Parts: sequence; structure tokens; C-alpha cells
Amino acid sequence: MLNAALRLNSHLFDDDVEQIAIRTGFGDGLVRAGEASPLVVVLSGDLTESAQALAFKKKFPDRFVELGVAEQNMASVASGMAAMGKIPFITSYAMFSPGRNWEQVRTTIAYNDRAVKIAGSHAGVSVGPDGGTHQAIEDIAITRVIPRMMVICPCDAIEARKATEAAVWTGTPVYLRLARNKTPVMTTDDTPFEIGRAQAVWTSAAPKAGLVATGALVHKALLAAKALLDDGVDVEVLNLSTIKPLDEESLIDLAKRTGRIVTIEEHQIRGGMGSAVAECLARHFPVPMEFIGVDDRFGQSGTPEQLIEYYGMGRDAIMVAVHRVLER
Amino acid sequence: MLLTGHQRIALEAMANAIRQSIIEMLVSAGSGHTAGPLGMADVFAVLYFHTLRHDPNNPAWEGRDRLILSNGHICPVLYATMAHAGYFPTAELNTLRKFGSRLQGHPHREFLPALETSSGPLGEGLSQAVGMAIADAMDKKAGERRIYCLMSDGELEEGQTWEAGMLAGKWALHNLVALIDRNNIQIDGFTENVMPLEPLADKWRAWKWHVLEVDGHNVAAIAAAFDEAKSVYEKPTMIIAHTIPGKGVAEFERDFHWHGKPPDAEQGEMALRELRATAQQISSEPE
Repeated sequence: MLNAALRLNSHLFDDDVEQIAIRTGFGDGLVRAGEASPLVVVLSGDLTESAQALAFKKKFPDRFVELGVAEQNMASVASGMAAMGKIPFITSYAMFSPGRNWEQVRTTIAYNDRAVKIAGSHAGVSVGPDGGTHQAIEDIAITRVIPRMMVICPCDAIEARKATEAAVWTGTPVYLRLARNKTPVMTTDDTPFEIGRAQAVWTSAAPKAGLVATGALVHKALLAAKALLDDGVDVEVLNLSTIKPLDEESLIDLAKRTGRIVTIEEHQIRGGMGSAVAECLARHFPVPMEFIGVDDRFGQSGTPEQLIEYYGMGRDAIMVAVHRVLER
Repeated sequence: MLLTGHQRIALEAMANAIRQSIIEMLVSAGSGHTAGPLGMADVFAVLYFHTLRHDPNNPAWEGRDRLILSNGHICPVLYATMAHAGYFPTAELNTLRKFGSRLQGHPHREFLPALETSSGPLGEGLSQAVGMAIADAMDKKAGERRIYCLMSDGELEEGQTWEAGMLAGKWALHNLVALIDRNNIQIDGFTENVMPLEPLADKWRAWKWHVLEVDGHNVAAIAAAFDEAKSVYEKPTMIIAHTIPGKGVAEFERDFHWHGKPPDAEQGEMALRELRATAQQISSEPE
């Protein structure tokens, strides 16, 4: 059942559950971040509106820099601004930042120890009609491998807002992984959030499998958990919004209590969140695992819902994976 | 402000001492770059002993000018100059490229905090310098301290350089001064064969920079160029310093094969003999 302690949205299973884009929550958080610290500055690469920097630009025009279509420059300019004491957020699509500018992020930001925040919108196949060029499904892999980098993939717009506000104060580089499309709002203003802390959003007294999900697919995991319960299968669902630093304690505890793990992410299976979980459990408490994600393919055009189903990341695919892991 | 004869001779002598340190470091390290560091010794001598506002005893001083070395591979000249300026003992120079050394093969500020940036991958320094200059412009501190960026000519082939150049022109960053080490060589050969850069000055003028060209071994001309940049209030300044790679050691000069290899012990001894003889000549010059 839903974890009451987290004060989640009580309508999250309703057909007409409120839907807001995760990137919109980031845009709200950016304005709050700007209010919280005069050091926060925002850089944009010709995607000010869609990457959600517009509200910040309107409120703080003197702390906004437009760089044009130049993501590599954007990463390194932000490094220089951080060197002078600023707390820069660089905003673009995940495919271009941290995709196009990976080496600049690695060298001029992380290696240089500059606390730049990288907001990558349009992550995942749910970008939809734009097609595979614009669907970043490799970004978790390429950011979590960078020393000092924190990687956060919020599950909904409210969590994205909180993560953005929290990112200001880490003193480290942070990658915020954001989705383009409207997705169900699962949390509320009252839901606690802390970077590095996984949350059991669906709990059970005697779970037979642990579902570890990140991003908007947490909702699919919850739908699967509810349907599985109707079939008499108790599971627990963990919202792993911080992928790095990894909440190893919660993961090991879940593995010990369930003995079976299914990871769920809108990303390549190779190198993603599931891989991070596997690295942890293989060392500390190995259990059978199944991985929901894109299986070594590129994305394509379609509606978000069509693509989630096609690549095997929907509710039914999760249920099949749970049954598969239970048979092992 | 024109250099006095005494200042000019002192800077030439310092550049010579820096060159000697570079040779000693490279021989000791057994790897590293020779041509670029020797070619930039005069520019570094002018910067650290004439132009920069800095305090080697207080590297974290907020009001200091910032010096960004974009082409990190010429760091032997940076380290040697910093040691002569008093940032750390010159005896430490022979730890270059060795395990545990603060003097990493390419500069890393985690090991040597007095460095402004870590660098090595080419084409990234100007962007960072532009970011620093923008931050100061935002904070109305553009008149308090200046941002200097040193670049190679070969690294201009990285497209990021042009992204940064456009942005600096757009912001009219008069607190930013960049200098290109125009030595005409890169790893695969002469720049104009590998990838033609000319007309180089026109390219920067097109991005709305104030462009100066100087003899990169004439300390008075280098100092005058940095001084002129301080008087330009509507644009960033680009100084194209024409240098001779390997300058100061006849056998190394103008030969791109010396870009990325160090002298062996015998070549090092030969180079030091020549540099010491040059030092004798400098000290006997009339002021």
C-alpha cells in the first residue's frame, strides 16, 4: 500500500490524476533557487523556454546569460563563473548537455571541482515525436561515472522543484535529469525530500520483490504494484530519485527483505540506474535481478505512451519482469 | 608605461632563468613538451614580473588578476615562472610529472591550489576566462581585476574557441585579455599545413575583439601590448604573440618535432650551456 508517512498524492491512482511536466517543476525550482541565493545564475543555449529557464530570466534578467547554440562553451563558461563564486545552472536538452558537452563537463566542471548544476531536459524516450536524436537514454551512464558528480532523476514536477532548490547547496556538480512531457504528480509539497535518500513509496509487511524505480516511471511501478497486489503478489516500490550518491543502505535493506529486485528506468539498461543498483548489491547482498529499460537500442518517433510500451517499460512489462524474477 | 632599460634587462634575465628551469625540469621528468614552454618564457616573465596584479604569498587574494592557461601542456613554463615568482620553492620543479607531485603533467588545481584552472584538453580555457569576466561584469567588478587567458595557435582549431570568442564580443568584455602563442607548429606539423588559421587577426576582429600583434620575444613590446589592453574599454583584447617554438636553444627552434618530447641529459646540458651564455650577454647589455 502507499506509504502514508510520505504524504503522497491521494489521487495518484485516479485516471484523471493531475499531470505536470517534470521540467516545469525544475523551472519553478529555479526561480526559488534564485530567490534563495543571489549567487545563482542561469545559462541558456537557445532553449530558454523549453528548457524552463524563462521564468528565471524574467525575474532575474541580470543573472541570466544567453549563449546561443553552444553547449560546450556553456559548460566551460559556467565553470569560470563558478570560479568567481557564482552558482551556475546550465540548461538545455540532456542530449546536448551533458551529451554534446560531456568532456567539458568532465574536465572544466568536475575535474576542476566547480559546483555547476547541469539541468538536462527532454531525457528519455518520452520526448516522443521529435524522435531518437533528441531522446537522451545514455545520460545517467555518462554522468554517474564522473567523480564528484551527483545525479538526480526526480519522479515528478514537485520533486524536481525540491531537487533544484536542494542542488544549490551541495557544493558539488549536480546533474538534474528532467523529462519533457506531462506525467502524473505523485508527491505533494509535504512529501519529504533529501538528496541521497531513497523512499519506499509502496510498502508491504512481507514483500516478495523490491521494485526500484527512478523518474516518471515510478508511477508505472506503482501501477504495477497495485495490480500485482490484486494478483496476490506483495511487492515494495522504492523511488530512487538520487542515483548518485546511491542510497546503499536502503537498497541492501530492500534486497535482504525481498530477495528479488527489479529496476525500472527510462534509460539504456547498460550503465544506467539498474547497473548502479547491481554494482551495489553484487558487492553487498547479491539477489536475482531484472532490468526494465531500453535494451541496447535507439529511440524513435511516437507518442510517449506508445514508446514506453514499445520499449517494454509500461505497467504490464514491469509485472512480467516481477513474475520472471520470482521464478528464478 | 614604457619599460626602463633596467626593467627590460631584468625581464630578459628572468625569461632566461625560466628557460633554464624548463630544461632542467624536462630532463628530470623524462617526458613533456619542450618547444611551447621555451617559446612562451618571455610572455610569462612579463606577465608575472610586470603585468599581473598578484601576491605569491597570498594566492587566494580575491582582488588578484586571474591567469588562465588554456593549453595546459606548456605548464613547465607556468610552473617555472610561478616558482621564480615565489609561489613554491624552485627545488620542487624537478618533481614535474612524478607520482605525488603538485606539478602534474597537465595542471591540476586540486594538487596545486594556486592554479586558477586545471587544463589540458584544448580549446576550453577561453570559455572559462569568458565566464570569469562575465561574472565580474555582472558584479560590477570589471574595473577591479582583469582576466588573462593564454592559448596556443593549434588549439584554435577547436570549435569551442570560436563559441567563446563570439560570446566575449557580444558582452564587450573589456576586462578580458587573451594571448595566442602564434608559434606556427602543432603535433602533426606546421599549423598552416595541418589546418590554416590565417587570416587570424581578421577572424578575431570579426568577433568584435581589439587585436594586437607583437613580437613574442620582445619583452618591451609584450609589456606595451598588455598595457594598451588596459586602455581599451569597449572590447576584449586579443594579443597575437609571434613566437619561435623552442626559443633560446638554437637546435630546438622552429622544429615541430620538439613539440611533445623532452631533451635527454646530453641535449639538456647543451641547451643549458647556450642559455647560460645568453644570460652572460643579457647581464652585460647597456641599460
